[in-house]
Order: sequence, then C-alpha cells, then structure tokens
Amino acid sequence: MITTYPASTEAADAARISVQGVTKTYNLAGKEFFALDNVSLDVADNEFITVVGPSGCGKSTLMNVLAGLDKPTSGQAVVDGKVVSGPGPERGVIFQQYALFPWLTVRKNVEFGLKTAGLGAKERREKAEHFIEMVGLSQFADALPKMLSGGMKQRCAIARAYAVDPTILLMDEPFGALDALTRVKLQEQLLDTWSQEKRTVVFITHDVDEAVYLANRVVVMAARPGRIFDIIDVDLPYPRTEEMRLSPEFTALRNRVWHAVYHQTTGAAAGSMPSTLTA
Amino acid sequence: MTDTATRAMAAQSTTPARKAPKVRAKNHTLMLVLNVASVIAGILIWWGFSLAGFRIPAPVEVAERAVTVIGDGTLATDLAASLTRVLIGFALGTLVAIPVGFLMGWYPVARALIEPWVQFFRTIPPLAIIPLVIVLLGIGEEPKIFVIFLAAFFACVISTFQGVISVDRTLINAARVLGSKDGGIFIRVVVPASTPFILVGMRVGLGASWATVVAAELIAAQNGLGARMQQAQIFYDLPTIFVNLIAIGILGLLMDRILLFTENKLTGWQERR
Repeated sequence: MITTYPASTEAADAARISVQGVTKTYNLAGKEFFALDNVSLDVADNEFITVVGPSGCGKSTLMNVLAGLDKPTSGQAVVDGKVVSGPGPERGVIFQQYALFPWLTVRKNVEFGLKTAGLGAKERREKAEHFIEMVGLSQFADALPKMLSGGMKQRCAIARAYAVDPTILLMDEPFGALDALTRVKLQEQLLDTWSQEKRTVVFITHDVDEAVYLANRVVVMAARPGRIFDIIDVDLPYPRTEEMRLSPEFTALRNRVWHAVYHQTTGAAAGSMPSTLTA
Repeated sequence: MTDTATRAMAAQSTTPARKAPKVRAKNHTLMLVLNVASVIAGILIWWGFSLAGFRIPAPVEVAERAVTVIGDGTLATDLAASLTRVLIGFALGTLVAIPVGFLMGWYPVARALIEPWVQFFRTIPPLAIIPLVIVLLGIGEEPKIFVIFLAAFFACVISTFQGVISVDRTLINAARVLGSKDGGIFIRVVVPASTPFILVGMRVGLGASWATVVAAELIAAQNGLGARMQQAQIFYDLPTIFVNLIAIGILGLLMDRILLFTENKLTGWQERR
C-alpha cells in the first residue's frame, strides 16, 4: 500500500506541514493498538485539507500530533521545517467541545491568548473586538459561555483561535455537535474568512459532505490500524456556493469519498468487491 | 424552562434572559411566606409541648433569658469567644488546605506522599484528638484552635484536591495551544476551574469547625457558647441552654449563607443542569 502522498499542488519540500512516517501506539489491556500506523502527508501553504474517516481511524490523534499535544511513538511532524515538539503560536486549534473557559466572558476568552503573548490591555481589547465582530458576537461580548448556544460558542472559539493570528488552523470536528443549519452557516463563514485571509487549514470531520465542500483535498483514513487510505483532489473552484453542493461534479466527488470512507473502496469501483476491506 | 429554549432566547434577543422574572418573583414570595409560616408553626408546637408538661422552658421564658444575657453582655462575650476560635481555626485550616490540595492534585509525587496521611487522619473525628492535645498543649486557646484547624483542613483539602484533578483536560489543552506554560495554566485555568470545589470544601469545613468549637468548649473551656451551656447544665438552667443553642444555630446559618453568597458570586459562571 502506498503511504506517501506528496502534495498535489506543490513540491513536497515546499510543504508547510509535513507528517513523516508517524506511528502512534497505545497499550490497551496488554495489547498494542495502532492509532496511527506509518502515516505520511504533506500539506501545502494555504491549502485547505479535510481529513475524514470512520471512528478509530486516528484522525484526532493525527491532529493532536500536529498541535503538539501528543507525541508520536515514532516518526515526526514537521511544520515550517521545524519538528513539532509542543504547541506553537503559528498553529491555532479549534476543538469539537469548544473548550471555552466558562468563567470568562466572550471577550476575555478571545483575549486569553493575547494576554499570554504579553499584549497590553488596550491592544488586547482592540484585537479581541475585531475578531468578535468578525464572528458576529459583538452583542454578546460580555456574556458568559453558559449564555451562548452551541453555534455561538464555536464562533467564540474560532475568534479566540484567530486572535493570536495563527497561519495554520487545526480544526477537530469543530461543527460536529451543531445542527445542520448552523453547521452550513459556519462552513460558509469559515470559507469566507479563509478566502479573505489565506491560512493553511487541516479540518477533521466525519461528515462527507462537509469534507468535500470545504477542501482542496480530502484525506480519507482507515481504521485498525489508523492510516491514510486515499487522498482525493477536489477540483471545484472557490468560492464554493450553495448551487455547487447540488452539482453533478460535487455529487460524484461526494460518492467517491463516501465509498472510500464507508466501504473502503477507491475510485468508481463502487458496489464491486472491496479490495482492501479492513473493518 | 429547558436549556434549549433558553439558548434559543439568548440567540434571538440582545439581552439574554434566563427566566421570566415575574414568574420567579411570584414563586419567591410564596416560598418566603411558607418559610415564615413553618417557623411560626414550629414555635407554636414547642409552646404546646411546654404547656403539655414536658420539662422544657416555654418560648417566652427563653426570650426573657435572651433579653437578659444580651443586656448584661454575657451572650456577646460568649459569641466573641466562640467566633474568634472558629475564625482563627477555620482560616488557618483553609489557608493550609488550599495549597496542600493543589500540591496533591498537580504533582503525583506530592499526592503519593500526602494522601495516606490525609485519608487516615480525616477518619478520626477532630474531637477524639482533644484528650491528646489537652495533654500536649494544655487548656489554653491553642488546643481548641488546633482541633478546629484540623476539622477545617481535612474538609477543605480533599475537595481542593478533587477540584484540581477534575479540571477538564480540554481546557488545559486549549490554554496550551494558546501559548500558556505550566505556571500560566495553573493560575489561569486550574485555580478558577477548581474554585467551585474549594468553596464547597470551605462550606463543609466551616460547618465542621462550628460543630467542633461548641463540642470543644463543652469539654474544656471557661467561656464561649459551649462552655456557657456546660455551666448551665450544672445549675439545671434550661432557658440559658436554649438561648445558646438558638444562638449557635443562627450564627451557623449566617456563616453558611455568607459563604453560599460568596460561592454564587464567584462561581456563577457554571452551567447548571
């Protein structure tokens, strides 16, 4: 099986993120469990990558390794030519569970990283104001997280991540807990901000539609052991629109990804005997 | 009102409202009326018992005694003596318990070293140590303050420790990716996240301190509410015992309310289900 996929748009050495032979094992009841097995992946500058796969395929582990919250058992993640050894300000992380500090208001949450960076009160406030406005929470700047709906909490988390000005965004199923309508809205907003201020995005999801709609490339992972199964280029132009979701091109891509994720078959071989059935 | 409905409201209106204030106020008044009615009924029943020939003083008798001891300053002196002991013991206990609890929660080595002692000694009622401390520390203020210190310390140390170990991992990770190092995470995440636990521990600790001071005074003291009751017992002075019991109850309740109020002020950010 092929395990190395160079970035399709640029040469591998120009990659912003380079995952090199990362293996992560856990010891579960005396048995070795491969959350990630020799995973390699290059992400180009300003690329929007989505990672999709069945549960247990190690997509969250991959994100934690990139974020520097988890150390690989072997192999390494390289960002901007430096081996990742911990979290860094160039990598912003957005968690599925929002992870807002419940004792801080929206404003103070957004200011959290700015305070760590040592900015003065006035500068912090101005910057926070800007990003709170960007996510449309100005009226709730002084509200505590408990007053906010799920979608508003995630918008606050996005503002908080953006405030420290990361050039890479790592998003772990950020819209997973939201209702369909809110999710679509936030997807649009995310693409909007991404096209205005380009960033490299690695976006984990279990939603095939979302994966195709957002990405330049969809990375499909497989479980037991966690590995990259296929990488599918999405050659739809940006800005992506509502109509595009209904287009035959989108449907075809969606089906391809769907079959890769749920039947672990590649290409148009849908319905035929899967060649690499693992589950 | 369901949480979803509240959220929907918060999403629509610019001033997020938790609950219709009118309904709440009405409920509140009704509750208060019932509270007062219950207290009056209780006093009437007490009166009934004393009239029925039980050997307890009537409410009027107790009220008269209360006026006397308030007038001659005995009650104030006793209250001051008891309160001073409680506050010193409680303050010292809490002051030591919070850092020790943090230490236990944050450093596994500290936890392994301290936990067996805490778990063992907290099963011993502080009062059981009185004979020992009287022998070692004499009959002054120190032994009493020491047992109160122990009562407050054990109640608070366990809950502080629980608070630290139950801090949400995701919040710590969120702080880390926002650039915080260990010290920053401790001060800006672990401390606020465990505040609700610490305050619950303090409330339990204050209750335990109050119980302990009265009992300690019953055993070995010249003044204080407990000592006054001890003396009254010798002279078969039931009204004085009642006055002091009621004073102990009211004061305990007041202190608990003050802490509860502080708790609500400091931990109002919590999502309650």
